[in-house]
Amino acid sequence: MTDTPAMIERVARATPAPLARRVRGLSDRAIAWLFISPTIILLLAINIFPLIWAVRLSFTNFRANRPNAEVEWVGLRNYVRILGDEDIWMSFQITAHFVFWTIVLQTIIGFGLAYLIDRKFRGHAFWTTIILIPMMLSPAVVGNFWRFIYQPQTGPFSYIVSFLTGIPPAQIDMLSTVQTAPWAIIIVDTWMWTPYVMLICLAGLRSIPDYIYEAAEVDRASAWRQFWSITVPMALPFIMLAVLFRGIENFKMFDMVVLLTGGGPGSVTEVASITLKREAFESWRTGLSSAFAIVLFVAVFGLANIYVKALNRVKNR
Amino acid sequence: MSGEAYSVVTPSPAVKRIAGVVVVLYALVTMFPLVWIVMTSFKSPPDSIRYPPALVFTPTLEGYCNLFTVRTRQTAEFIETLGPPAGICDEITRSRNMVIAGASNYWPRFRNSVVIAFGSTFLAVGLGTLAAYGFSRFKVPLADDLLFFILSTRMMPPIAVAIPIYLMYRELGLSDTALGMILLYTAVNVSLAVWLLKGFIDEIPREYEEAAMIDGYSRLQAFVRVVLPQATTGIAATAIFCLIFAWNEYAFAVLLTSGTAQTAPPFIPTIIGEGGMDWPAVAAGTTIFLVPILVFTILLRRHLLRGITFGAVRK
Repeated sequence: MTDTPAMIERVARATPAPLARRVRGLSDRAIAWLFISPTIILLLAINIFPLIWAVRLSFTNFRANRPNAEVEWVGLRNYVRILGDEDIWMSFQITAHFVFWTIVLQTIIGFGLAYLIDRKFRGHAFWTTIILIPMMLSPAVVGNFWRFIYQPQTGPFSYIVSFLTGIPPAQIDMLSTVQTAPWAIIIVDTWMWTPYVMLICLAGLRSIPDYIYEAAEVDRASAWRQFWSITVPMALPFIMLAVLFRGIENFKMFDMVVLLTGGGPGSVTEVASITLKREAFESWRTGLSSAFAIVLFVAVFGLANIYVKALNRVKNR
Repeated sequence: MSGEAYSVVTPSPAVKRIAGVVVVLYALVTMFPLVWIVMTSFKSPPDSIRYPPALVFTPTLEGYCNLFTVRTRQTAEFIETLGPPAGICDEITRSRNMVIAGASNYWPRFRNSVVIAFGSTFLAVGLGTLAAYGFSRFKVPLADDLLFFILSTRMMPPIAVAIPIYLMYRELGLSDTALGMILLYTAVNVSLAVWLLKGFIDEIPREYEEAAMIDGYSRLQAFVRVVLPQATTGIAATAIFCLIFAWNEYAFAVLLTSGTAQTAPPFIPTIIGEGGMDWPAVAAGTTIFLVPILVFTILLRRHLLRGITFGAVRK
């Protein structure tokens, strides 16, 4: 940072005088646009233009693996197929099940942990940092390793479960059993993202001023009463924020599931993103999968709207 | 309530102790998978799949050796004709009746991860700082709509974005190139960068620049000499968040890269040995891949909250 003024002087001297005058004399309005437009242009090129392209494709029978085949306009047929397709509804149900249970578990455990950490026992800052580590890691790389931990017989997970329940470890195959595979994914997701909910809840708890509790104390409100009448309602916007963030993220869930089960066994863990990937990059039904992608967009966009409103409410408190 | 002096605000020592024990237990359980990864990376392949799972074992570098090399099986007679082993990996490989045939793809993939993560972070933070300053200091028409638009691009499911990007990159020749991945990650990260940096810049009092401008600085000079130095911490925190996203990303990487530009996350799950997964090598690759993130998490711990909520919650 120390050599910046010198650099500016050099740039200023190297710039032709009329241009330099123009740059120095730029109006605030011009600077605002000069600063904002590169970001907007990049997002238009990498996000919006492809999105419009996808909308166009969604009305055709285009297949990316046959770029030279004749492309036909099929109108709304792709959308009709998507909304009538049982497999796709199934994948939405599987996604909903996954989103629901991960949110329930993460909110309960995350809030509980935040509440305990907020008792400010000795060393709480250190242990908070330790607890936060899983959420910073790559879901793909760590999910891949959980496959090893879940291994029947040799994995530590089945060993611990068999130690606790007495079921022979060879029979504990979390990832290949129809009943347990969805829960295997929910466990990993909860392991990874509970710290996230915990951190936001902790901020919520810390935002409650002490004098409110002190006033309740003067009024002889019980600890139980204080928890339900002060702690929970005042932390609620933060909890909601965490829930919405997790909801959106898990609605899009892809990498961890791909590496843990790949959608299997059968298709019991095939969340929407995996179905979409299969249609788009394995069956190469580009037109149909574009329509599916648009349907997902609309769903996420709806969630995002709710989320931004909640976000503003939290901010304006 | 155990006594008069203790309350929800000032918990009693007993409450503190119980809270502490529960949190520490949770932390230990949550660290177990990570400890297991690091332990497995130092096991030999037979030790890694022993039943019951081995807690005590003789540490070996075999996993790390296997991670970085490609090996071929040879007869004992042939191995005897070779000279003395060059280094520890050579020795371990020969004890398994194999010889090192060359370097594996792990290092090139790791290098791709570094190049793509740093390249996209640099661009995203650069663009993001400018845009954040624009939104923070000037009356931009439709500012709220633009900011929402910027954020909403981050809400899109990656696979849905990947379909048109795949086609577009195929047309432009950007498939499986570092440049293509850098641009894509920049676009994803810039939304986070704008939102976070706007929060940081909002906190710098306008009076600083105004004073500088009264002293004869132009707006641009005031931005470079006054605002940027003040925003250094925020810029650094934002950069680390962008870096972590790009480092960890899998969905785009697995769909849009296959060879020369492939990053480490899609590569690590493909590490296989003779007759199945070579788990010590996978664990070694995972460990090396996770260490930078551990360092960054510790550096970032004070700003984590802001980063994960797009600056909505500041503490």
